[in-house]
Amino acid sequence: MKSTEIIDRILSLSQADDCIAIVEESSLANVRWANNATTTNGLSTSRTVLVIAIRDRRVGTVLRRYVDEAGLEALVREAESACELREPAEDFAELEGQTETPANWEAPAIATNTAVFKPLIKPLAQAFSQAEAESQRLFGYAEHSRTTTWLANSRGLKRRHDQNKGQIEMTAKTADFAASSWIGQATADFTDVDAGALVTSLRQRLEWSKTKVELPAGLYDTLLQPSAVADLLIYAYWTAAARDADEGRTVFGKAGGGTKLGQQLAPAGVNLYSDPAESGLEVANFEVVGGSSSYASVFDNGVSLSRTNWIEDGKLAHLITPRSWAAHQNTTATPYIDNLIMATPGTKSLEDMIAGVKRGLLVTCLWYIREVDPQRLLLTGLTRDGVFLIEDGQIKGVVNNFRFNMSPVEMLSAITESGATVPTLAREWGDYFTFAKMPPLLIRDFNMSSVSQAT
Amino acid sequence: MPHSVDAAFLALPYEKLAAHALETATHQGARYADFRFERLKGQDIHLRNTSIEQLSNSDTVGYAVRLVYNKAWGFAAGYELTTAAVERTVTEAVAVAKQLAALGADPVELAPEPVHKGTYVSAYEVNPFEVPDADKVTFLTSINQAVLASKQATYADFSLSQVLENKFFASTEGTRTTQQRVRVHGNFNAVRVDPKTGTFDSMRSLAAPVGRGWEYMTKGYDFMAAAQEIPGLLEEKMAAKSVEAGRYDLVIDPTNLWLTIHESIGHATEFDRVLGYEANYAGTSFATLDKLGKLQYGSPFMHVTGDRVAEHGLSTIGWDDEGVAGQQWDLIKDGVLVGYQLNRQMALKLGLKRSNGCAFADSPGNVPIQRMANVSLQPAADDTTTQELISRVERGIYIMGDNSWSIDMQRYNFQFTGQRFYEIKNGKIVGQLKDVAYQATTTDFWNSMEAVGGRNTYVLGGAFNCGKGQPGQVAPVSHGCPSALFRSINVLNTAQEGTA
Repeated sequence: MKSTEIIDRILSLSQADDCIAIVEESSLANVRWANNATTTNGLSTSRTVLVIAIRDRRVGTVLRRYVDEAGLEALVREAESACELREPAEDFAELEGQTETPANWEAPAIATNTAVFKPLIKPLAQAFSQAEAESQRLFGYAEHSRTTTWLANSRGLKRRHDQNKGQIEMTAKTADFAASSWIGQATADFTDVDAGALVTSLRQRLEWSKTKVELPAGLYDTLLQPSAVADLLIYAYWTAAARDADEGRTVFGKAGGGTKLGQQLAPAGVNLYSDPAESGLEVANFEVVGGSSSYASVFDNGVSLSRTNWIEDGKLAHLITPRSWAAHQNTTATPYIDNLIMATPGTKSLEDMIAGVKRGLLVTCLWYIREVDPQRLLLTGLTRDGVFLIEDGQIKGVVNNFRFNMSPVEMLSAITESGATVPTLAREWGDYFTFAKMPPLLIRDFNMSSVSQAT
Repeated sequence: MPHSVDAAFLALPYEKLAAHALETATHQGARYADFRFERLKGQDIHLRNTSIEQLSNSDTVGYAVRLVYNKAWGFAAGYELTTAAVERTVTEAVAVAKQLAALGADPVELAPEPVHKGTYVSAYEVNPFEVPDADKVTFLTSINQAVLASKQATYADFSLSQVLENKFFASTEGTRTTQQRVRVHGNFNAVRVDPKTGTFDSMRSLAAPVGRGWEYMTKGYDFMAAAQEIPGLLEEKMAAKSVEAGRYDLVIDPTNLWLTIHESIGHATEFDRVLGYEANYAGTSFATLDKLGKLQYGSPFMHVTGDRVAEHGLSTIGWDDEGVAGQQWDLIKDGVLVGYQLNRQMALKLGLKRSNGCAFADSPGNVPIQRMANVSLQPAADDTTTQELISRVERGIYIMGDNSWSIDMQRYNFQFTGQRFYEIKNGKIVGQLKDVAYQATTTDFWNSMEAVGGRNTYVLGGAFNCGKGQPGQVAPVSHGCPSALFRSINVLNTAQEGTA
């Protein structure tokens, strides 16, 4: 049964006031390697059917990862009966209405497979041989997914989105695991991945690691590479629900009530935004919501998305606001969007920024980031796979890893220089939140709380 | 009385599909193949104060074919329940192995395992999927109402997750197993906001995720007593003095210590990490093979076991996802590293004749990887109480409940916070502290352990969704432990961290 037929059938079976049907067909290909050879791999396909029934403003939600034609009626009735349990939803909003049927509505989803990795095979095989010969070890992972989402409701709304998503990550280690470097890239289809260039970059970092420098914990001027910036700011973005801030339970609430909207968080010229049409980071231009929270509402399914500035010229401009909370607060809805971009006046490359640092640290990426104190959004975590000492604009050697304790919100006010914004893959959150563009940032007094022995 | 496997699962055509998959795999040249068929039922309920913010039901059905082709793995997963679709999935698994062959593979050899045929159902009383949703919501609402009635908490959130997991496994070696596991995890979080100062804090109930049914919610953990106690404790904590950073003796309650065990022992003794399989993602381990049998991991009385058999353990199974029977073994004995967690491929690499059964896949769409057993710190043989441990401390902190956690990629440096911190002076608790985090290096920490409590202090804690692997997978796992006393541990003041 075609996915569009499933949608039509669900909507025709519905006896509720309103019904939303969302069907996703996904395929995921992946390969993993360690110690210069592949380990696991896979190709999986799935179809998800989500029914949201609405009756007297009450919501019932049921999700199936397998359903045949005979089971559709039971699925719809289950969602409808779930409404009976509920009180009228706090986040109720009228559903989006009639849209034109997308031209490709009926077109089948196109699945991916491991053939998408073809551009990687030769350069990776060569890199494995070279690493083996030079007593180095390569580890890594590549994945590619294709997901088609069909969303329709009983008011006549029909939306479709086809998402291509891929990523490659590579780690290089010396044979004794004493030195390590990492690089990652997000991609739509791997045609833009130069695996040989990625390996060359890793080898350069290992070369820098031949000189070792032991440094104690402390406050350091720190040049964060774009991946590290992305990990910290994605966490801050995930904390930016307007309702939670209005209730005074996040870092974005303020004394005396209300939020920090309008406050200067970063130097003038710094902008942080999401845009479904951002070149190279294209995501669905409408909302797809499986369950309500302070970040999103099931009633907003299908609502159009467009560029939203979260930080504008250094000031907090918007918080994540579903339509219902916007109505409650008499403000404008600014929904969550699945990408994040920081734009600043900076134009320097990472290399040029390194050249301008008198003394500081260069951090490749961050790991195991967790919230310590929500009041300040204090985060802890580790530097990973390459911390380097910069002196007089030169890399002097590799430094031990550190545990940091730092708030990304407080960090914004400590930006002393920013570079050119580039596409990046967040090391920690990249598998959930793949689409980001960030500049390298030079941060004053980044708090390295203790030394980690990990290499 | 033991439950039987859910009839709706038994009615699915997995036997027929398995037979066709294994026959096709063999015909297409696979040296070994297994077929795993799963159904996962889930329900999540989230209450924001007394309103249901989310109540979602999910049901996943699908299957996976894993095979060895030319000494390399090939894996594919599908969801259409026809022999034609299964045949296509087998062909895809072979194609995956062929397409990636040029990269070279770690040659697959599997440790032998006896052929098993049987059924396993985990220990629980009430299947949560047989409890009316209205009853669940009424119960959760009554708890949040009690929290809010105190007026000491401004907000109350309650999150409940329940899972019914069914797996059928068949391999070309002849094993055929059918399993059913039930697990639940629920907790409320009380939030207190002082709008004048803009300060806020929260405190969570301390119910562990467990391999039990709905009965754990109603009589396993006393949520109502917690709802009546926690708002007052939260108010007291917000008014408590901020800890002075420095070294303290710590008495750590099992509700906090389980997570330290999970991160600094559980993950460190995963053999795939030792081999580097997780080097690009979760990381490696300091507990390398050259240290096996030599490393003084902790105090001489430290005894840590791995198991997949503990009653109500979240990692407890009949057979793992490679058909290996559940077992128990030592990881740390007399304080010395003596074992690892393994799958069949890794057992041979370690020179062992048999895996200890730690293969797990979180869904039909994912390949089984080495995942954590129940890793537990054994209690003292005597009946030492938590109070007796506290009485030995001149200047220290008693820590209850887990909260923030982080550890480095080789499992050396960690930092944990908690839900409640009680100041100990001269062997007595004198009040709460706030802004506490403890930071240490794994072996320093465990070697500073002076004593553990007796069986009377032992609690099975755990994690519902431990993450690992690429593509990412989650696994449920339990950790039993007693209260324990640690000397001279570095304590940070989190309010002062990161302020220049």
